[in-house]
Amino acid sequence: MTPPAHRRSGVNRKAQLGVFTGYVVAGLGVVFGAALLTISLLRPATFNGLRTMASDAAAPIGIVGAEGRTGVKDVLDAIAGYYRAGSRNAQLEEEARIARVKLAEAEAIKQENARLKAVLALTTEDPRPVAVARLIGSTSSSARRLGYISAGRNHGVRPGMPVTSPMGLIGRVLEAGAVSSRVLLLTDSESMVPVRRATDNVVAFAEGRSDGSLRLRLVNLGINPIKPGDVFVTSGAGGLFRPGTAVAIATEITRDGAIAQLLSNPAATDVVVVEPIWQPEALEALQAHSLDASPVPTD
Amino acid sequence: MERLNPQSRRDPYGSRINRRESTLLAYGLPWATILLGSLTPWLPIISPAPVLPPVGFLLLLAWRLLRPGLLPPWAGLPLGLFDDLYSGQPMGSGVLLFSLALIVIELIEFRFPWRNFWLDWLTAAGIIVPYIMAAALISGAELSPVQLMAIAPQILLSVVLFPIIARIVAMLDRLRLMRVRRID
Repeated sequence: MTPPAHRRSGVNRKAQLGVFTGYVVAGLGVVFGAALLTISLLRPATFNGLRTMASDAAAPIGIVGAEGRTGVKDVLDAIAGYYRAGSRNAQLEEEARIARVKLAEAEAIKQENARLKAVLALTTEDPRPVAVARLIGSTSSSARRLGYISAGRNHGVRPGMPVTSPMGLIGRVLEAGAVSSRVLLLTDSESMVPVRRATDNVVAFAEGRSDGSLRLRLVNLGINPIKPGDVFVTSGAGGLFRPGTAVAIATEITRDGAIAQLLSNPAATDVVVVEPIWQPEALEALQAHSLDASPVPTD
Repeated sequence: MERLNPQSRRDPYGSRINRRESTLLAYGLPWATILLGSLTPWLPIISPAPVLPPVGFLLLLAWRLLRPGLLPPWAGLPLGLFDDLYSGQPMGSGVLLFSLALIVIELIEFRFPWRNFWLDWLTAAGIIVPYIMAAALISGAELSPVQLMAIAPQILLSVVLFPIIARIVAMLDRLRLMRVRRID
């Protein structure tokens, strides 16, 4: 089938001009897109306002979808009830998995406590969560790994706050809208979290690889002490994440660290908790320091 | 009463008597479906790796290939802008790539003005593969062999899914031309 004849404008002057204008505007679209792209790559925060407004507008769809997801799960549970043994087995397995993570976390906390008590007579307490939200969507077709949660500024969420699930760390808030926020998931290649081994003080950085796994890079290079199966928790360095939150389990040893699988797979997560920034003062001081340090001194 | 032709009163688009196509439906449906396709990040699928095809972009390609001239050549500008709001890509990546894709289709159409299933699929594949790779390249993420491996399933899925999307668009096209408006 050939394209319809009316696209060939023939001798009609007006039609010719119309077609020509269409192409000019299309070309301008390319130029405009390239300009926007350059701006947003150089200054990534420029369009945050526009985007958070848009995600606030679309959040109800996501919330309905998330509720639908749990509804479907209920129906499946009812069907699975006929195969009681199988479902109970799955439930126990799930519980055991959570218990394993909790155990590793508890071990980490125990060690943390011992160290803190040894250094000073301070006690750390669990912070009150800022908000409890649903994970309502993710950029499932882009190479960036961002998620959307159903809580925003109205609930007290601010950029930078850690987002966790019962299974461990999910990511941090990137942009906060009024009723929804964008979350930088741990698997995004821009995400970097300071971690340590749950049992001792092997410290490393966990970088996202955007294929669902993390890359652990040891801070102290030398003999690689990591073994497959080691659980890593946040170390609290940098002041953003509360120490002792489970992050990942090492599966494959590399030269300078390991490849690790996430403990809290966002795909299996429904409800998440937004926590306050662990040490806001330290973080501010750190940022102020880096701002002070950046300009070249005049004298 | 004897009827000469049973098709004279009704056809698959509805009654031929006293009914017309709706302008809003005929011109608005392509735009509406593409915008809806751009909302896929709000589906309750939380994926640790990019797996879903870019549905909005696939719908745009399918409409463009099915009905040349229905979407103006500048349609990439507004549609790409909307896609950027939700896709997680940096702002402007959709505007640039959507506009380029429409211009490329226009050029291909000048060279190969005829149509068939295979040529459409080949054209779409020849645009989808560079689109996903370029989108990954300008997403602001660091590119490594791992990431290239991570987008391979997405590319494959998008190319394989295109004929199905084109079929859905063909069904929507029938809906688009239904005679729903009553004229007196």
